[in-house]
Amino acid sequence: MSTVRRSSGGSSLSSAFLQAGSSSFAEFLAMHDPSLLPAGRPLPPGTSVDAVHGTTIVALTFAGGVAMAGDRRATMGNVIAQKDIEKVFPADESSCVGIAGTAGLAVEMVKLFQVELEHYEKIEGASLSVDGKANRLATLIRGNLGMAMQGLAVVPMFAGYDPETGGGRIFSYDVTGGRYEEHRHHSVGSGSMFARGALKKLWREDISPVEAISVAVESLYDAADDDAATGGPDLARGILPVIAVVDSDGYRRVPESELDPIVRAVVAARQNRPDGPVAPITG
Amino acid sequence: MSMPFYVSPEQVIKDKADYARKGIARGRSVIVLQYSGGLLFVAENRSRALHKISEIYDRIAFAAVGKYNEFENLRVAGVRLADLRGYSYDRRDVTGRSLANAYAQTLGTIFTETQKPYEVEIVVAEVGASPHDDQLYRLTFDGSVGDEHGFVAMGGSAEAISEKLRERWTEGLDLADALRLAVELLGSAPESGNGTEEPRVLTPAQLEVAVLDRERPRRKFRRIQGPKLAELLGVDDDSDDEPDESPG
Repeated sequence: MSTVRRSSGGSSLSSAFLQAGSSSFAEFLAMHDPSLLPAGRPLPPGTSVDAVHGTTIVALTFAGGVAMAGDRRATMGNVIAQKDIEKVFPADESSCVGIAGTAGLAVEMVKLFQVELEHYEKIEGASLSVDGKANRLATLIRGNLGMAMQGLAVVPMFAGYDPETGGGRIFSYDVTGGRYEEHRHHSVGSGSMFARGALKKLWREDISPVEAISVAVESLYDAADDDAATGGPDLARGILPVIAVVDSDGYRRVPESELDPIVRAVVAARQNRPDGPVAPITG
Repeated sequence: MSMPFYVSPEQVIKDKADYARKGIARGRSVIVLQYSGGLLFVAENRSRALHKISEIYDRIAFAAVGKYNEFENLRVAGVRLADLRGYSYDRRDVTGRSLANAYAQTLGTIFTETQKPYEVEIVVAEVGASPHDDQLYRLTFDGSVGDEHGFVAMGGSAEAISEKLRERWTEGLDLADALRLAVELLGSAPESGNGTEEPRVLTPAQLEVAVLDRERPRRKFRRIQGPKLAELLGVDDDSDDEPDESPG
């Protein structure tokens, strides 16, 4: 018989720690201390809270990888709650996750997702497949359905490098935990319909990684142009979008030194054509 | 009415300790030692899947000898504890010391409260910002903790190997020298059962090697295997073509 004392990260290992079986951190939390789960705190019925919302995320594939970008604005009603929030994160060494929706819950869910992937890797001695990771995220979102129905929805987008196909893959989700694989490109959040228009017109089969970064910046610019909750590049303050690239070398956040000239070029081109680049008309 | 035989508490404890010691002594040894760039773990282990050395957290690793199912249970518990702490506080708040304490409590409780003690000996190692900050905790089957300096040997020939490490280990060994020293000492231990004192030359396929590399960002634990291991040992690679380094 092992000890039955319950400790929350305290001095001794209670029976939950020593129980064999699960290699999921979320399942362990649900068993040991459910209050630590993002969805572990039931809200009183019929209330809704004013919470900070994150907005637009775009992702697009290129040959051998995928790029994901997020603007830097968080809003609460008509107020800009934060000018430089980060909404694109590494999920592990070969995938990334971007979040739209209730910022507090979403950031917490990303944190849990990161631990979930690393936990599995440490316990099993091997990484999950890209589909396995995407499914784990769906399970976490499904747990949040109650909160979503009270207005605290989390809508993430997941992208990873798949060594089996040698390319990037994109997954989107709905609040019920539905998981949908997207091809070529996708966007989520309040400015997503505007960003998606730009992605459709600018994405090409043979796009290079650098061009993909540029297209991501263009599409976020278009989202910020028409959606009040999406922030454009703030060159005065040096606030640029967060852009991550995942390929066979793993996750890489595009450094400011590399991103700054691309963003400046996009902004400069808009001085002449405020609506952005022109797509050719055929026929 | 039958009377149970009286056995003194001293005898019970002694019997349990002897039982655990015998179990541990049957196994092959593991050496953990400090080198200039971090901490090195070397185990004689023919299995590629059943590890004796594992990552626990960013700066913390775990090495064990004894019964696999028992130390595996402790390893998983350690990963859970570390991830829980890092999740509810911050990654920097996960320390080797707190983990060693938790293991000590757990092993102590199991030793006193259960019929069969765990036949394990473990090391919790944490790499610091400088060699001075490295920490090595050695935990035995009864929950005793020792704070070791520089090196630890566990398993069947721990005494003999420790003796030689005391003579030959010095601060600031580079990785290849530290690895060769550890492999030579593991090979000098007589293989259980065969009774000969003849030193053996261990090949990369018989070794499990990992480091906590001070210079790596965030997750410092890396396994060294395949060609990289052969190169460090200065021998031909006798293993199948696996990657030099892999996480986990």
